[in-house]
Formats: sequence, structure tokens, C-alpha cells
Amino acid sequence: MKPLNASDAVSVIKDSITRIVPDADFTRLEPDDKFRDVLELDSLDFLSLVELLSERTGVRIDEVDYPELTTLSDATRFLVERTARPPGPRR
Amino acid sequence: MTAFTMPSLGADMDEGVLQEWLVKSGDRVRKGDVVAVVETDKAAIEVECFQSGTVGRLLVPPGTRVPVGAPLAVIDEEAVPGGRAGAAEEPVTAGAEAAPPTAAGPVAGTSPRGTPGPAGAGREASGGHERPTPRRKAARASGPAAEPVRGETRRPPEPAAESAAPVVGAGPLVRHLALLHGVDLAAVHGTGAGGRITRADVERAQPPPGRRVRATPYARRLAHDLDVDLTTVRGTGDDGAVRAADVNAAVLAGTGPREPERPDRRRDSGRRPDTAAPADSRAERRTDSMRRAIADLMSRASREIPHYYLYATIDLAAAEDWLRRCNRDRPPADRLVSAALLLKAAAVAAREVPALNGYWRNDGFAAAGEVNLGVAVSLRQGGLLAPVIHHADTLPPDVLMARLKDLVQRARRGRLRGSETTGATLTVTSLGDQGVEAVFGVIHPPQVALVGFGAVVERPWAVHGMLGVRPVVTATLAADHRATDGAVGARYLTAVDRLLQTPEEL
Repeated sequence: MKPLNASDAVSVIKDSITRIVPDADFTRLEPDDKFRDVLELDSLDFLSLVELLSERTGVRIDEVDYPELTTLSDATRFLVERTARPPGPRR
Repeated sequence: MTAFTMPSLGADMDEGVLQEWLVKSGDRVRKGDVVAVVETDKAAIEVECFQSGTVGRLLVPPGTRVPVGAPLAVIDEEAVPGGRAGAAEEPVTAGAEAAPPTAAGPVAGTSPRGTPGPAGAGREASGGHERPTPRRKAARASGPAAEPVRGETRRPPEPAAESAAPVVGAGPLVRHLALLHGVDLAAVHGTGAGGRITRADVERAQPPPGRRVRATPYARRLAHDLDVDLTTVRGTGDDGAVRAADVNAAVLAGTGPREPERPDRRRDSGRRPDTAAPADSRAERRTDSMRRAIADLMSRASREIPHYYLYATIDLAAAEDWLRRCNRDRPPADRLVSAALLLKAAAVAAREVPALNGYWRNDGFAAAGEVNLGVAVSLRQGGLLAPVIHHADTLPPDVLMARLKDLVQRARRGRLRGSETTGATLTVTSLGDQGVEAVFGVIHPPQVALVGFGAVVERPWAVHGMLGVRPVVTATLAADHRATDGAVGARYLTAVDRLLQTPEEL
């Protein structure tokens, strides 16, 4: 797992979202907007996003982590933190 | 000999445009093979063949709008060598589509999903020992002309001498090479002993100018709409097939040169002046035509069906708990979402209350013998499709989930198959992801009920005199009062509730 800085993380997130919503318009998405609502990701889309992010970053994303993936800034922080230090034993 | 007809790809479909043939005259087809792409008001659908046999004449050229039930091609259940002449390989109305027979069919290896294409199958059948057993009947019945003679020289087509399966002398390696490079062996002149096609012949023959590019139907449509030449687009799909995203990327990158005049008529086939509008208005037209189709169907439903509505709020604590435990040790790709369980419960309840599962026809209700769930899928550009999960009541949640993901994805990318658009006995709509708690739907005729699920939300909930916070979902039923009364509908929702309390049994 390669540590990501914030800008790497943002681009992985945006790129993954674009693979699910090809015409996603990031110009109308603020860092603290709920991107699921703004970009109209349904639960299947969101699951695909989790799958892509986990595949591309090597970060294990459990269901309990889903709330961290609500806004671009939260999600960025989540990926930066998780790639910086592998999580200890969980649950 | 039977006619392959324009299928009804939904109760609301009256006609469709034959967009593209994926087989050519002489190809062996098996029941279930995708043979053509048909454009309905709603989407481009891959249409399957309903019987096995040999494709005879193609009666309708690409780009033609024909009513449901109209013959599109002749399928010979048994190959009759004399019945097919070289000239018949072109569509009857070939005047407008003038092209040599070899260019009229897709070349080997270009079937959209990378399965061995029917074109390949046709030649396969000529290879003697390679002939697959399921197709033996057709080949044997076709008499001596179809009996392959290894190494026989390929002759120009002449009436009565041209067998159903073109006789081509080529070894398995050469065949494989041809498949790989998209070379039509039937069009290759063999220079080997006895006219046998050699490796060098195949290499010389590839790539034919303007050869067909592997691409998904949606990518083709998009390329057509955006006026992008597919040969200039780099494909990132299976085996380099061009996907819609690649077309979009090409447009954005400015690498999709406009090339209105192309030598290959296959890609021009949808552009006949009488059927094609200016390219840039076409995507818009699709949305418009879908809107109209939905408008017509829903107006009819509202006019003809006396709806009644019921709702029940269902405690999902057990179901959500089960899902959480189930997903805990799974990678994201294998996780389930609530929708999968809700669909399963809706399907099993339909089996328990068969009076809601079927059709209203000729002033009477006909129960369906199986539970095929239509699943309303909203499209990003607007509109919706309701692809069908057949026998949903018998599928374990994992399988149901996989089907759901696959169908939703393909519905949105315009790659549904004909069998996936028909046969729904009951439709389910879930609007929870859009943030509403309940949906009171309009029934999709001729079905007699529509089940709705809203968002899973946390609510105060009293159990055994104690107040707690529970995840709950509101399930609704819109039902046809001609077919059932409220008591039946109530039984259905009660069953859905009960089933969701024991998710491990679903």
C-alpha cells in the first residue's frame, strides 16, 4: 500500500467516480457536499465506488467506514490516513 | 423454415429499428445467440434467436423500422443447400445497401461479448471433426453439399452449389489466427495445396480495409450519435473492444475525427437519410422517444387500471443485522445491499400470493407460473427501464445481487438483451436512494401490481411495549382492483414483512 497525499487521493476519488458516473460534473461539487446526493449515486453505484477505491489504493474499506466516504474532503482524509498507517486490529 | 420476427421487447413496444445484424446468411445459430441489435424507443437491445438453425435470408436491412412480429430473417431449422444461392446472402432490399456478401456479415471474432461469434460457428461446422455435436442435426440434414471436404477449393458462389456452411479448407491453427485477426475465411483465397488456406493467406488478408471494429452496441450508438469513427478509437474493453467510455474519451481528446463518408457501409447503415436525423439531435431524440413511450404506457395504465394502494412500515433490524454480518468478511465486490434482500422478499411473497403475480388479459387475470421481477432502473439521462430478473424467487440473495448489479449496469449502458426486457410478472421500484420514504407507483400493464420500497431510515419503534430506534422501510403495493381486492394486497405486504424478519432463510 502506497501512502497517498491529499491530491493523489482526490484524483483517485474523482477518477473512480467518473468511472461510475461518466459525466460527473465536479465543478458543481464542493469539498463538503455529499457527493452521493449531488452526483446521484445509488447504493449499487456507491458499492462500486468502494470497490474501485479499495482496489486502487489497497485500503480495506469496511461497511463501518462508509460514513467516512460522504464528502470529498472526508473521503480524501480517510484515504490519506489509511494509506499512511495501516490500521491496527479492527473490531 | 421459420421467420425470425421483430420481437416484442416490452408490453409497450409496437415497432423497432433493426439497427445491426450480428449474423449473416449461412451462419449457424443456436437458441439464445444474439443475432441482431434492435433499437426501441427506450434502448438498443441485443436480440436473441429463439431457435437453433441456419440463418437464411436477411429480409430487412439495417436502419429499417419494422412493426413487432414482422419477419426479419429466415431461419432454416435444417440447412437446405439448394434453397440458398449466393445472391440471397444480401438483404432483399439490398439495392440501397449494395455491398458484397462478404462485407455484409460480421467477420469472425467480432461478436460483442467476445464469445465465439456465429460467423465463426458457421465455419467451424465446415471443419469436419470440429463440428460441435449440438449442431450435428442441421449439418447432417443438409446433405452432401454440407459434408465438408477438407481442402476443397473455395469457389465463387453459384446457385445450388453454395452450401449453408461455406466450405473452407483451413486447419485449426489457421482458423484460430483468422478469428484472432477478424479475417473472414470465406473471403480468403487459399494458396495452399488443394486451395487450402494457409497462415500466410490469413496474414495477407488482415486487416481488411475498413474492417469491423469490436465495440459494444452502446459505444456504436454513441459513436454514431457523436459522429466518431470507431476505427480511430482505442478500445479498453475485453479484447480491445471499444466501450462507450472510450468513445467519450476520444471525443474529449479530440481524436475522433469527423468522417461522414466512410467506405465501410456497416457503420453507415444506420444513417440512411430516411431514418437518421442529424447526429447531434439523436441523443436528445432518444430521451424524447423514451419519454413518449413512458407517457403512453403510464397513461394507458392510469386510464385502464383501477389502482388501489396499501402500505406497511417494516422493521428491518433483523435484515440489516444479517446483511452487516454477512458483509463483514466480504470484499466490496461480494457485498450485498438491502435492495437485494427486499427484492428477494418481494419475489417470494409473490409466489405465496399468486393473485398478484401475472397478467390482466382479455378481461381476466392469468396467473404466471413463475416469478419474474421487473426492476425499475432510473437512467442518468432521464427515463427508466425495467429489466427482468427471471425466477427471482428461486435465486439465493448472492445470485440475485449479482444479477441486479449486472442488469442495472447494462441497462444504463444500453446493453440489455431481449430476454432481459420481457416476461416480467411483477415490477418492483425502489426509490430509497432518492431519499423518499415511500413510492406509490403506477402499474406496468399488463401486470396487476407494483411493489415499492422507500429509503431504509431509522425511526422510533415500539417492540413489546418498549421504545427503541430501528431501521425501517416502507413497502407499498399498488394493485389492480380488477384482479384483486385489498385483502389480497394486505396478505402480500404481510408476507413481505414476515419474510424480512428471517433474512437467513431468504
